[in-house]
Amino acid sequence: MTASKTDIANAKAQAHEWPLWEVFVRPKAGLDHKHCGSLHAADPKMALQLAREVYTRRQEGISVWIVRSDQIVASDPADKAMLFDPMEDKVYRHPTFYELPPEVGHM
Amino acid sequence: MYTQAMDTAPKEERVAIRNADEVVAEQAFEAALDNEDFIEAKDWMPEHYRKTLVRQISQHAHSEIVGMLPEGNWITRAPTLKRKAILLAKVQDEAGHGLYLYAAGETLGTSRDQMLDALHTGKAKYSSIFNYPTLTWADVGVIGWLVDGAAIMNQIPLCRCSYAPYARAMVRICREESFHQRQGYDALLTMMHKGTEAQRAMVQDATNRWWWPSLMMFGPPDDQSPNTAQSMRWGIKRISNDELRQKFVNATVEQARILGVSLPDPDLKWNESRGSYDFGSIDWTEFWQVVGGDGPCNKERLAERVDAWNDGEWVREAALAHARKQAARAAGMQQAA
Repeated sequence: MTASKTDIANAKAQAHEWPLWEVFVRPKAGLDHKHCGSLHAADPKMALQLAREVYTRRQEGISVWIVRSDQIVASDPADKAMLFDPMEDKVYRHPTFYELPPEVGHM
Repeated sequence: MYTQAMDTAPKEERVAIRNADEVVAEQAFEAALDNEDFIEAKDWMPEHYRKTLVRQISQHAHSEIVGMLPEGNWITRAPTLKRKAILLAKVQDEAGHGLYLYAAGETLGTSRDQMLDALHTGKAKYSSIFNYPTLTWADVGVIGWLVDGAAIMNQIPLCRCSYAPYARAMVRICREESFHQRQGYDALLTMMHKGTEAQRAMVQDATNRWWWPSLMMFGPPDDQSPNTAQSMRWGIKRISNDELRQKFVNATVEQARILGVSLPDPDLKWNESRGSYDFGSIDWTEFWQVVGGDGPCNKERLAERVDAWNDGEWVREAALAHARKQAARAAGMQQAA
């Protein structure tokens, strides 16, 4: 298989582009880090610095996680039904499935 | 701002669907739109939808980046330290907005370099409003008041865009944008209510120059906007150009009165039966001229952008070389251990 002209052009562009990183910010102590966007940076140190400039200009967070985008393992949207639909008929996993006498009160 | 991209593009025809898998995928896509569900980056989408979004999002990003230039001009000449700090923060926000949007564009499978290349070679457009000059300090205030005001009106509906990464970027942008309009109006209020006669004249002059280009920011009239129906279906556009423009005029007239400036339109008057302000006709010849590359500052803006990119090349290369060296050193130490 030979690479098309576009593939070669893309590869050329990629070689000069700083790698892509995903940014996760913890808004305050007690809350989870939440994905808030991505950015390009040459190395981890620069990625942290840029994440601060790009995503926390208004005290949006007190802690930042950075991970290379190509290191993330993600499920395929095409597998959505296979992976997640089986849970639909497992209603017994929810507390509301069980009808208890009112005298029991909160349980 | 800056939803001009889809209006200034030629009308596109849908490409015929090819195989059975795509028919099923297309049905799921259409059903998601019907339910007002979001489309995420890895979901199947029609090629035309993807292309339209890449064009729209990248041109929106370019507008934020080029939009830094007219105001950046005034950072070193701001009248007080307070105004300088505010303007610096605002211009930094515009850079941030450009970056959120480029990142959203990249989720569609185009690279940052490809988008930048399209800007630098003139293949991609940016909002025509930034091809007007900023002649005085009052221009900075008027850009905040009118240009960012029009931008906010344009952008709020995009927070509900069907393409989720774009919608998320727009939520963040809109949250930050309201400070931009308020700081501009505040700067103008100071000049109008506490300033000298010359400063008031300066505000009036800037208002006169920016009023019509601001109205043009909403794009051509509805009957000349060939892609509106498709964009509405896709939720990329929610409210028509003319409707948004009218909303902007209605909101701005009272703000001008409080400020003490007049708007440069003799036909501007309240229409009781419509419950809206009537306004004069817009010079669309000027609009198409500026979009086509023949505005007052088109060449200057693009040249400045290209120079900045080229001047930064050695920094980008050096950062990569440094990263490679650090990685090699770390690998070497691991081997030695």
